[in-house]
Amino acid sequence: MSMIIKFIVASIASGTPILFGTLGEICHEKVGHLNLGVEGIMSIGAVAGFMVGYRTDSFVLALIAAFIGGALASLLYALLTVTFMANQNVTGLTLTIFGVGLANFIGYYALQHSENGTLKLPENITAQMRNVSIPGLSNIPVLGELLFSYTPFVYIGIITALLLGYYYKRTKTGLNVRAIGENPAAADAAGIKVTKCKYLNICLGGGICGIGGAYTIMIINKGVWISDCVGGLGWIAVALVIFATWSPVKAILGSFVFGALRQIRYYMPNSIGISTAIYDMLPYAITLLVLVVTSVRMVREKSQPAACGTNYFREDR
Amino acid sequence: MTAQKENNVAIECRGITKRFGSVVANDKINLTVRKGEILALLGENGSGKTTLMNMLSGIYHPDEGSILVDGREVTINSPTDATKLGIGMIHQHFKLVEVFSAMENIVLGTRETLQKPKEMKARIEELSARFGLEIDPQEKIYNMSVSEKQTVEILKVLYRGAKILILDEPTAVLTPQETEKLFEILRRMKSEGNAVIIITHKLNEVLSISDRVTILRKGRSIETVVTSESDVHSLTELMVGRPVELSIDRPPVENRSEILKVVNLSIRKPDGALALNDVSFTINRGEILGIAGVAGSGQKELCEGLVGLLSVEKGAILYDKENIVGKTPAEIIDLGISMSFIPEDRLGMGLVAGMGMVENMLLKSYRSKKGPFVKTQPAREQAQRLIKRLEIVTPGVDTPVRMMSGGNVQKVLLGREIESSPNVLITAYPVRGLDINSSYTVYELLNEQKKKNVAVIYVGEDLDVLLELCDRIMVLCHGKITGIVDADKVTKDEIGLMMTGEQLQSESETEGEN
Repeated sequence: MSMIIKFIVASIASGTPILFGTLGEICHEKVGHLNLGVEGIMSIGAVAGFMVGYRTDSFVLALIAAFIGGALASLLYALLTVTFMANQNVTGLTLTIFGVGLANFIGYYALQHSENGTLKLPENITAQMRNVSIPGLSNIPVLGELLFSYTPFVYIGIITALLLGYYYKRTKTGLNVRAIGENPAAADAAGIKVTKCKYLNICLGGGICGIGGAYTIMIINKGVWISDCVGGLGWIAVALVIFATWSPVKAILGSFVFGALRQIRYYMPNSIGISTAIYDMLPYAITLLVLVVTSVRMVREKSQPAACGTNYFREDR
Repeated sequence: MTAQKENNVAIECRGITKRFGSVVANDKINLTVRKGEILALLGENGSGKTTLMNMLSGIYHPDEGSILVDGREVTINSPTDATKLGIGMIHQHFKLVEVFSAMENIVLGTRETLQKPKEMKARIEELSARFGLEIDPQEKIYNMSVSEKQTVEILKVLYRGAKILILDEPTAVLTPQETEKLFEILRRMKSEGNAVIIITHKLNEVLSISDRVTILRKGRSIETVVTSESDVHSLTELMVGRPVELSIDRPPVENRSEILKVVNLSIRKPDGALALNDVSFTINRGEILGIAGVAGSGQKELCEGLVGLLSVEKGAILYDKENIVGKTPAEIIDLGISMSFIPEDRLGMGLVAGMGMVENMLLKSYRSKKGPFVKTQPAREQAQRLIKRLEIVTPGVDTPVRMMSGGNVQKVLLGREIESSPNVLITAYPVRGLDINSSYTVYELLNEQKKKNVAVIYVGEDLDVLLELCDRIMVLCHGKITGIVDADKVTKDEIGLMMTGEQLQSESETEGEN
């Protein structure tokens, strides 16, 4: 029993960086922009968050820096695709290569100038990002561990997902955003400021991805800088958008399923004797499977925004 | 009455000029629309109608000239500005979000919050009742017919409080009955003191709905005439710039023999819905069979099924008694059956937009030559022959076809298919987007083929043309045949009724024949 609870708790924690990436990508795709640069944006968020945390020893400032880093990376993407009409796929792929490279470069530079050849976040900040302990609630047996024993990231992620869900479904701006993703010409004719709305939502998405990047370095790597810290999670996030049928709320569930896939190896009895390489492969194999299954025709409201992938030019006819 | 309206100008354009690069789309255009009148804007393709209206609705910005609304000079920089001035435009291609409900589309971009759906619904219903519109506000757009979508577009501009309505070719996709209903709505708007501008090139509609007509030609406003003082001939002359013979020839052809017989054909669309349901008909050599129907009634699937592009669910297509169902397009050609298909989406399916005429000719002919190399010389000669024969305007045979105007692209496509001397020629909307002159050239070409004993299938949308050009007309509705009638024994209204699904009484005998 306690093993199962531990497994669930670990899965939820492990799915959180993917959740951020997925939510960010949903923000992009809802305004009609397919961004394959999530991996790069997360890397930039990671390095920005880590470096600011390292200097200031403040968890809040580190999070803000990660958000701003991701938002700036997305701003670059928005500038290229929205204003200069660059091909979205190529821009996204380039952003991945650029973002990962830039993060590694900054990290390498900082390592060269560190005292003992390693970079580790100071004690104060690591204390802040440890599991939150809520007096009373966290001590309830089972439930306390299941619901109130996580790092702040998990709560931020879930709250962000719920807020985004409300934003798209219930607010007027959300309706405008969805209209842009479906048919920018119709939105334009209805008097919606298409370009402004695209920029804002793309930057918002980038910021959310950036926080996911910060998670990978602060929690997964326990606050020690390494190169390639995002390690492919950005790609799973892109695939998960399809799994979640472009719904931020469903992304919560999806990311936890993928978190479980990443954790399952530690909870299998040794006697089964499956090679660890199989477990490493599992999330990616399931991603492939999910892509195939979910690409089969779906209900129209639950499929990709119709204009996703194409840039909008008003005088195009 | 006219004197009263003089000081009642809703919108006025003075000397509007708009250039796209070196092309002058609008050249010092003047236009006046009064409150409580319907003004028709008439002109051939490329005469600048849509450009002018896009400037009134804030999509383009004029280079020169001024726009006055209610006597005040205004600048319209965006669709929002136009809305604030009470100008509402209904575009030819609907600007609707398919996965939204009618109501969501109507309120999109307005100040109303979504928290008050009841109020919004009440207002939409009130507007609907006032102008005689029928719509379910909760229905999704993708479930709607073309005319319902248009109703949503109209509601959208009315909801924003439009006093000046611009409709860009609103009747192109409607049945005669739906058109009449639309005109009824427009007349109500007019009686409430609104100004309506309607763009169309169907002359009989201009005559029946408008109060005045402004004619544009090559980007200039030629003249404004009072509708009641003009007729089809005077309007065409103003539009084209010279008198035009308006009747379409229907040469009689003797000795017709059956070439193609379709028996109980059913075809599914890629999404699984039944596009054609148990369709049977025949077509003879030297005959033009017209196919009428509301857009999306199965015309596209029928054409693609005949040439082997879509797989057939059941039924048979007999070409000279041989069943060609299940064969690939290449096999159908190899059998010596030359079926030429002119798809509705010219640049999507018919021609490769980025290639020149020569290469597009080659696409059709290279298979018959031996060896891995292609010879461009015969194709080059063929292209030059076509340019001369069909008076195609192009800078050269190697200019990409996407740089050519719609009429010329159509001529290239039609010319290429005719050059392969087919036995069956399938054309879908061959005159869509063409001006009067080019349209008549196409009709002549089709008649020429008919005289050569070619069986022609003509999928059309203009019922007047179908009635004049075709020998028989087959009407499709939701994938079923609602009638196959002789074109000289049927009225436009009867066809319109069949398009909405009503079977004609007398028609059952005709179907028995087939």
